[in-house]
Amino acid sequence: MSEVKAGTWVEIEKILLTPEQRAPQTPEDTHATPYLMKVAGFLVADAPTDSEVTIRTLSGRIVGGKLKVVRPHYEHSFGETIEELLIIGLGGEL
Amino acid sequence: MTRDTSYQAVMARRNEIMKSSMGLDYEVYRQGELAFDYERMMDDCGFTLEDIIKIQAETKVGNTPMYELHNLTRAVRKISAPGKGARIFLKDEAANASGSFKARRASISAYVAAQKGYKGVIAATSGNYGAAVASQAVQRGLRCIIVQEVFDSHGIGQPEIVEKGRKCEAFGAEVVKLSVGPELFYYLLLALEETGYFNASLYTPFGIKGVESLGSELTLQIRSMTGREPDAVVVTHAGGGNITGTARGMMAAGCQAKVVACSVDLSGLHMASDHDFNRKSFTTGHTGFGIPFATWPDRVDVPRNAARSMRYMDDYVLVKQGEVFYITELLAKLEGIERGPAGNTSVTGAVALAREMKQDQIIVVQETEYTGAGKHHNSQLAFARKMGIEVRRGNPDDGVNGKSIVIPEHLSQVKGCKQDMEKLRNSYLKNAAKQLAPEKWSEVDRRFVAADVKKDLTWLDSALKQL
Repeated sequence: MSEVKAGTWVEIEKILLTPEQRAPQTPEDTHATPYLMKVAGFLVADAPTDSEVTIRTLSGRIVGGKLKVVRPHYEHSFGETIEELLIIGLGGEL
Repeated sequence: MTRDTSYQAVMARRNEIMKSSMGLDYEVYRQGELAFDYERMMDDCGFTLEDIIKIQAETKVGNTPMYELHNLTRAVRKISAPGKGARIFLKDEAANASGSFKARRASISAYVAAQKGYKGVIAATSGNYGAAVASQAVQRGLRCIIVQEVFDSHGIGQPEIVEKGRKCEAFGAEVVKLSVGPELFYYLLLALEETGYFNASLYTPFGIKGVESLGSELTLQIRSMTGREPDAVVVTHAGGGNITGTARGMMAAGCQAKVVACSVDLSGLHMASDHDFNRKSFTTGHTGFGIPFATWPDRVDVPRNAARSMRYMDDYVLVKQGEVFYITELLAKLEGIERGPAGNTSVTGAVALAREMKQDQIIVVQETEYTGAGKHHNSQLAFARKMGIEVRRGNPDDGVNGKSIVIPEHLSQVKGCKQDMEKLRNSYLKNAAKQLAPEKWSEVDRRFVAADVKKDLTWLDSALKQL
């Protein structure tokens, strides 16, 4: 597995609470899953993906977790066209 | 020494963590088992309305435009009875620094945090508030951490929340992305304890004071544009801060207009359910927050909630997801402005109400929010379809939350649904009774409870008898 260089923008994951450690008021379906955190930051030292690492976040905090994504980015969009919306307000229906 | 980070241990430390993260001792306001001195707590902030406006002007908050929606008003009149169809006005809060009214709410917290010498601020929110805190923090030279509930157990993020996280990062904030669950508060406490930052909670007096400028501004704008008073102001309602702050600001400006709350009806979906999380097409302004927070405000991340919506609410209207998406599209097509769907909840409520009001009356929608990738009605509907939810045109009442979204075929199908205020007040009383049996309430508790639902002691006695 290739090493990721220190200083690279990465995302780490960490299980904060296992299912049995979760809040008692959590609904059943949620309670069956671990409570998971993802944080992005700059990798502190060279490390391979999936290893335990520390990162420096944008607020300057050092946070530890498993290195999962190298150079994470956003892909959210306007989504596939919803044709039902297109004809709204064109005149006919008012 | 390593601190115990188990859920139970951290929750047990909540009071001490809260106290040091705000420099505010709520105990001094306690008056009874239920009662606390709400007005004194608000006054003790030490800011006049003029101070608030001045502080906000320093960081690009407030003085947002008010528009009359001539074309939407005309469309509503076409479907209303003769003489009906009030003039609809819209306060364009998307013009605030971070794209929503939440900039008002964050502005005073960031100012106070800087004044008190905190190095940074933290807020737990998946909403526009995160971006607002990040934007205000950076202008005050503070570091910022936003704690968000973002994704379900399959790692799928709600597109609107993903966008709001991006915006926080754009302002230089660290964004902690968490899976579904009420433990968001647990992580907030951990982060506050670790960093010693200021808790920029949505529900402090500072947060609510910041919104008062919105209520006074809208009153002055309507007076200057029309030469008269607004008749009703519609407020998108979730946690209660929007309605509380706006109504208090209106009162300060001498405005007597009806204050109408409006939420998207998400009944049937559980807010903390991993399964339901990505089957909601609204992440705020909905009944999942609106009803529990109205009927028991003290369920938040501070000991006493400064957002007490039932004190100010005259009516409460619910709208369907499909109705809001329809109105969001119509706002773009008729009025030439694109705004975020969650903020348009109150536009939808205003359309429903304007139909029943006289043509010379004025109804004000008091906020809008920015829109963009992820935070757009097309994004939400496309995502809903991917999650297996049926999207179609028809009667919006036929929509089943979590299964289908029905977009009206005609404006006349946008009707909203008025809630029974007595029922809401009774729910509040039942919640209060769970804290302490009513026969044990002191006189000060009784007066507090009555004021908290905008009623007097005669009403309280009669309501308690029927409970």
